[in-house]
Amino acid sequence: MPASIAVRVQAEDFDVGAEIEALHRGRSDVGAVVSFVGLCRDEGGALAALELEHYPGMAEAEIGRVAAEAAARWPDVTAITAIHRHGRIAPGGRIVLVVTASPHRTAAFQAAEFLMDFLKTRAPFWKKEHRTDGTSGDWVAAKGADDEKAGRW
Amino acid sequence: MKLVYFAWVRERIGLTEETVDLPATVTTAGDLVRWLAGRGDNYAHAFEAPDAIRVAVDHEHVDQESPVRDAREVALFPPMTGG
Repeated sequence: MPASIAVRVQAEDFDVGAEIEALHRGRSDVGAVVSFVGLCRDEGGALAALELEHYPGMAEAEIGRVAAEAAARWPDVTAITAIHRHGRIAPGGRIVLVVTASPHRTAAFQAAEFLMDFLKTRAPFWKKEHRTDGTSGDWVAAKGADDEKAGRW
Repeated sequence: MKLVYFAWVRERIGLTEETVDLPATVTTAGDLVRWLAGRGDNYAHAFEAPDAIRVAVDHEHVDQESPVRDAREVALFPPMTGG
């Protein structure tokens, strides 16, 4: 059976425990659930918040395409949930969640890492910094290291 | 054709979106970026480093050689920094 895929792009926070529970509740074939939560750092106290801009419509579509590719590469994966927030997020706040489920852990671990690597380089989101000194800072620059991580798959 | 802009491309141009009539010389995504760069100082600033510009046609990433004339919506934006 193909993996069930859920993608959400939203301003609201999400409940990590509930999202994990939802991927295995009521079933006995799932032996592993892997979750990744991306959080907003304070950058040593300099960052007041991140403002996440996104491309409505394409953001959901692109994350969906990456999730479908992960499901195709790891056919044992039973379910994938990917949630990405937009808007203003303060340090300590949750930005992104990826949850994968499979009968054994390897597929779930690998699919989750694949999803995050491609979500960072392909999902249309952009982070702008707001600094604690009151200035609106710069747009966060894309990292070459992220392209390298995506390139190894 | 509808064009939409994001992040510092949007800020430098000063528009979130606009509708344009493409000249016949513009066929690919790369042509579009070069044509836009010549539309004024704000556009020149936004597109001063064409290799840093990413293009999406109807919500899908495309490369600089991809055709754009049949698109409903073309988006131009910097490299993505989500996750």
